[in-house]
Amino acid sequence: MSTKISFKNVVKTYPMKEGTFTALDHVSLDIADREFVTVVGPSGCGKSTLMSMAAGLVEPTSGEVLVDGVPVPGPGPDRGVIFQQYALFPWLTVRKNVEFGLKLMELPADERRRRAEHAIELVGLSDFADALPKTLSGGMKQRCAIARAYAVNPQVLLMDEPFGALDALTRVQLQDQLLDTWSQEQRTVMFITHDVDEAVYLARRVVVMAARPGRIQQIVDVDLPYPRTEEMRLSPEFARIRNEVWHGVYHQPQAA
Amino acid sequence: MTQLSALSKTPAARREPRRSSRALTLNLIAVVIGLVVWTLLATVGVQGLPTPLQVAAKAGELIADGTLLDDALASLRRVLLGFLLGTLLAIPIGFLMGWYATARGLLEPYVQFFRTIPPLAIIPLAIVLMGIGEVPKVFVIFLASFLSSVVATFQGVVDVDKTLINAARVLGASDRTIFLKVVVPASTPFILVGMRVGLGSAWGTLVAAELIAAQEGLGFRMQQAQLYYDLSTIFVGLIAIGVLGLVMDRLLLLAERRLTNWQERR
Repeated sequence: MSTKISFKNVVKTYPMKEGTFTALDHVSLDIADREFVTVVGPSGCGKSTLMSMAAGLVEPTSGEVLVDGVPVPGPGPDRGVIFQQYALFPWLTVRKNVEFGLKLMELPADERRRRAEHAIELVGLSDFADALPKTLSGGMKQRCAIARAYAVNPQVLLMDEPFGALDALTRVQLQDQLLDTWSQEQRTVMFITHDVDEAVYLARRVVVMAARPGRIQQIVDVDLPYPRTEEMRLSPEFARIRNEVWHGVYHQPQAA
Repeated sequence: MTQLSALSKTPAARREPRRSSRALTLNLIAVVIGLVVWTLLATVGVQGLPTPLQVAAKAGELIADGTLLDDALASLRRVLLGFLLGTLLAIPIGFLMGWYATARGLLEPYVQFFRTIPPLAIIPLAIVLMGIGEVPKVFVIFLASFLSSVVATFQGVVDVDKTLINAARVLGASDRTIFLKVVVPASTPFILVGMRVGLGSAWGTLVAAELIAAQEGLGFRMQQAQLYYDLSTIFVGLIAIGVLGLVMDRLLLLAERRLTNWQERR
């Protein structure tokens, strides 16, 4: 498989009152085309920063972030981003939110309409297409945000703790839905989370990060076949991998 | 599951009209009690205080000979002209200040400084520089509504959720699109609140401006009545000012509800 996203010796520092704060310290990571990678780590490990660089919202202090072998020039519709706080435009209906990116692509109206319908159907919000975000629950808002990202048909999905603010049941439902759509229209997914179960359940590879300075601690392969099922969640193999990741996240050696 | 939680939110939203009809009844009771107390005070003999009926008769008289209408129109014309000019200038300048750090740096000292001066304090200067015609009055009103709207618009732009801007950016939006499709709608609620505050302060400033030098207007009429110890006319003037101010505020509130219905009420 070819490499889709490549972080090469990425460093990100922020100036402080005294000296600098190192958010990311020489991070290198390759994500293959159509791979589902989750990044898990304690707060302050720079996992969101890493994702924002792939999105083009943050520039590395040094090092390179490549997508398809080309340095990221800035944000673009080829990389869809899903934020933890949904980031729906509250003055637009579900349909208009989903059409926002399509309008920017200057598609003809009927094509726009068709693609928006498809994306809304994919996340199961057809009955709420003309509702305003304020009438939706958290889970529905996030599904709308996912539909908005899908609609422009990005090759890469960057998800920043997208289910972090949801209740446990809704979270599991959305995880299954996400895997379901991913298996239908495979894209490269980089998924940030602090939930170890979620990280293992979704990914082919789990990237474990450590904090101060932000760096990659280890990478754990998840040798469980897709589609993932509820039984798999309870399997000994799942438990073994989960323990390995858990250990990596919560028993990190102190940095010098 | 998720659908249920969405539906359960609607009854809370529907409760509002019922509560306001109850509030309306209480409001009416309060007004009636107020009128009774006023009548009692007037009949017990507070020096020179007219009864509500005397004031109503005076109002009828002023309406019949057209004075009240002329005065109200004169006042409204000034306030609307000043308010419209002030708001029309304030919105683009507020956007400039919020969007460009350079514009903010250049304009903010003036805005913040003039904001601390009550517009009424400008009246003596305005009269000296602009005479006693319509210009100084409209100018003072313009200033009052400009200052409240400009600060609100500026604050609205600064407070736009950065995630919304990023969400638009990652979908491929240019700065221009982000401004028109995200910043403008997101700051509309702030602008409308600023306009309401601006209208309130414009109305207050107007009457004071008319007290000083005018040939017609509600403030002028009250000033005249004061000379003749005509308390009924003063009361008619006060009530007219209150009612007109309330009506204008409610109209803006209605526009605000219409335009910003999408907001989550917390």
